Amino acid sequence: MDRRSLVAVHDGYTYLDHAATTPMRAEAVEAMLPFLSEQFANPSGSHRFARQVRKSIDEARDDVAEVLGCRPGEVIFTSGGTEADNTAIFGTLDRRGGVALCPAVEHHAVLHAVESRDGRLVGVDTAGRVDLERLATALTDVSLVSVMAVNNEVGTITDLAEVSRVVRKFAPAAIIHTDAVQAACWLDLRAITPHVDLMSLSAHKFGGPKGVGVLVARGASAFAPMLVGGGQERERRSGTHNVAGIIAMATALRATDTERDAENRRIAALRDTLVDGLRAELDDIHETVDRAFKVAGSAHVCIDGIENEALLYLLDEVGVCASAASSCASGAMEPSHVLAAMGVSNERARGALRLTLGRTTTPDDVSRATAAIVDAVHRLRKGRAA
Amino acid sequence: MKVLVALSGGVDSSVAAAELIDAGHHVVGITMRLWGGESDTGCCSVADVDDARRVAQQLDIDHLVFNFSDDFNTHVVDPYVRAHSEGFTPNPCIECNRHLKFDRLSERADLLGFDAIATGHHARVEMVGDRAFVHRGADPAKDQSYVVHMLPQRELRRTMFPVGHLTKAQVRDRALALGLRTAEKPDSQDVCFITQTGGREAFLGARIPFRTGTVVDSGGAVVGDVPAIEMVTLGQRRGIGLTGGGPKRYVTAIDHGTATVVVGDEADLDGDELAVGNIVWAHESYTGDVMVQCSAHGAAVPARLDGDTVRWRRPQRRVAPGQSVVFFDPTDSYVLGGGIARRP
Repeated sequence: MDRRSLVAVHDGYTYLDHAATTPMRAEAVEAMLPFLSEQFANPSGSHRFARQVRKSIDEARDDVAEVLGCRPGEVIFTSGGTEADNTAIFGTLDRRGGVALCPAVEHHAVLHAVESRDGRLVGVDTAGRVDLERLATALTDVSLVSVMAVNNEVGTITDLAEVSRVVRKFAPAAIIHTDAVQAACWLDLRAITPHVDLMSLSAHKFGGPKGVGVLVARGASAFAPMLVGGGQERERRSGTHNVAGIIAMATALRATDTERDAENRRIAALRDTLVDGLRAELDDIHETVDRAFKVAGSAHVCIDGIENEALLYLLDEVGVCASAASSCASGAMEPSHVLAAMGVSNERARGALRLTLGRTTTPDDVSRATAAIVDAVHRLRKGRAA
Repeated sequence: MKVLVALSGGVDSSVAAAELIDAGHHVVGITMRLWGGESDTGCCSVADVDDARRVAQQLDIDHLVFNFSDDFNTHVVDPYVRAHSEGFTPNPCIECNRHLKFDRLSERADLLGFDAIATGHHARVEMVGDRAFVHRGADPAKDQSYVVHMLPQRELRRTMFPVGHLTKAQVRDRALALGLRTAEKPDSQDVCFITQTGGREAFLGARIPFRTGTVVDSGGAVVGDVPAIEMVTLGQRRGIGLTGGGPKRYVTAIDHGTATVVVGDEADLDGDELAVGNIVWAHESYTGDVMVQCSAHGAAVPARLDGDTVRWRRPQRRVAPGQSVVFFDPTDSYVLGGGIARRP
């Protein structure tokens, strides 16, 4: 299958919401199929069918560990990023007590978990990077620090080596967790792992299926399991393995790792064309974060004089799929806690537009999206002025 | 036409969408996210958004959710709280229609290239030449012309009420025939942001300080007190701090300024006239015989309208200040105008 065959049914549409989910890689789909048919056994069994599946799981674990730069025994398969984040936070607090701390721009899977245990939030700068000085003074009684590797809304990269240096200095006993869900496509995870104790990943952000993810638990990071039962994953996460999902995830992660450097260059160029194109055609458009601080696939702008709910409708109408901030359970757009923490005014945040590029994005997509956005913004501004 | 239909997740708007599709319109469904807080009254909740989305899927139309919760707070919730603290009893559903459905939403619809918006209200818009009139819906028991009486001409011209010509029974039959999941869903009755468990008292108590009120009889003698003057309404009989046993006594007047509640006999509840402010006319102002409706589910009664004063044919219960007062033509068919009951 060629790189676009899986999305061929969507020809004529432009998908720029890869941070929400990115299409599955053909090789990942292919890899999971046997485990939805003949390779059906429960890997925890002892017969030959079980042993076969067990071997595939073990190999998948080796693959994942290699890409993450950790030991296979440190890889715990979960149902996704949220479970991994929740386990890291609740499991660590339940085992060690103390206070959890995170920046105010974390994904809700971390933020709401920390808030639900009366944790501590620290501020960020205008680019969304955690304020290290404030972090250093906020670490009293802290047993867990959770800082995302890449922000899901605005694409800002965290320097986890710096975060780690501060935390190890002022709270040497604290566990460091990173939600690296948005990082896998763009950053070499081997360079992140040494700085953290716990790391979360989610397969569907890098070409794997939904419903499967990883929690890396290194060294001294023992935590209380959230799910108990059959004792799978060395008692750290009970429940029968999502075999097909795990196999597909490992395949996708390997392929992502192999292609990462080339894709970073290709997609950064497309992103630059997109944002530069919008800036050339539209007045009063603001790039939320300097590109030097961001991953290649992320474009985030605030456009004055429009409301993003209306803009997204008009884009959808012409086949351009984009997003604004995160959605709540009802599907309504919620005001962005990320932009608020970065000091972006409510007024400006109303015009926030998140465009996230990925493996299937082509130059055609970029020119179509640019034209559609320019057209829609003109129309909305004209309608408002009328 | 391209029509944006407001789907609340209830049966009326579901059938409104179906009627529009039948009429050959290009229909898109939209649910407004209005109240972000706690709710148990079956309006605007996440479960209702789910119902709206499932109905849209059944009808094979697109469905969107717009978050207007900031505007809802600004135009409906905050004024509701403020009005209570000033001794008025407002009608938040009317303010929601005025500011959210038929302003914010219709403006958005305009911007997105829709020709009209539609809701599931039981009312009808009739055109006489280029003049639009709000008529009562076909089902007298479900008529909602009261809550859309104040829509300006520019809104009425781009508004459709596709179930206004149907009775509630017909609406439900239609929904059943289409297999819509909302066919037997009960009507929402209450204000969406007031919980059934906590009521108005819990909602207001969390937002404004309550003042103790002094209860006096018609002669001015103090007979008791109430913990919250803001919670007392005209005609109230229970919870006014009076011991039982004597003749039935009712709240016949409230002086919010001095936090005084006057109690008296049932006969003292009635008045001969009613002063109305903030009148909005459907077209030109009107003096003469009218039918007047003072609550969403109340019957209209005959009166003579004289400037901003309603003179009842027969004495009527006094109306709490802040309530909407709607004037219909003498045959009680269509809206002439309406306003807000003033403080006596």
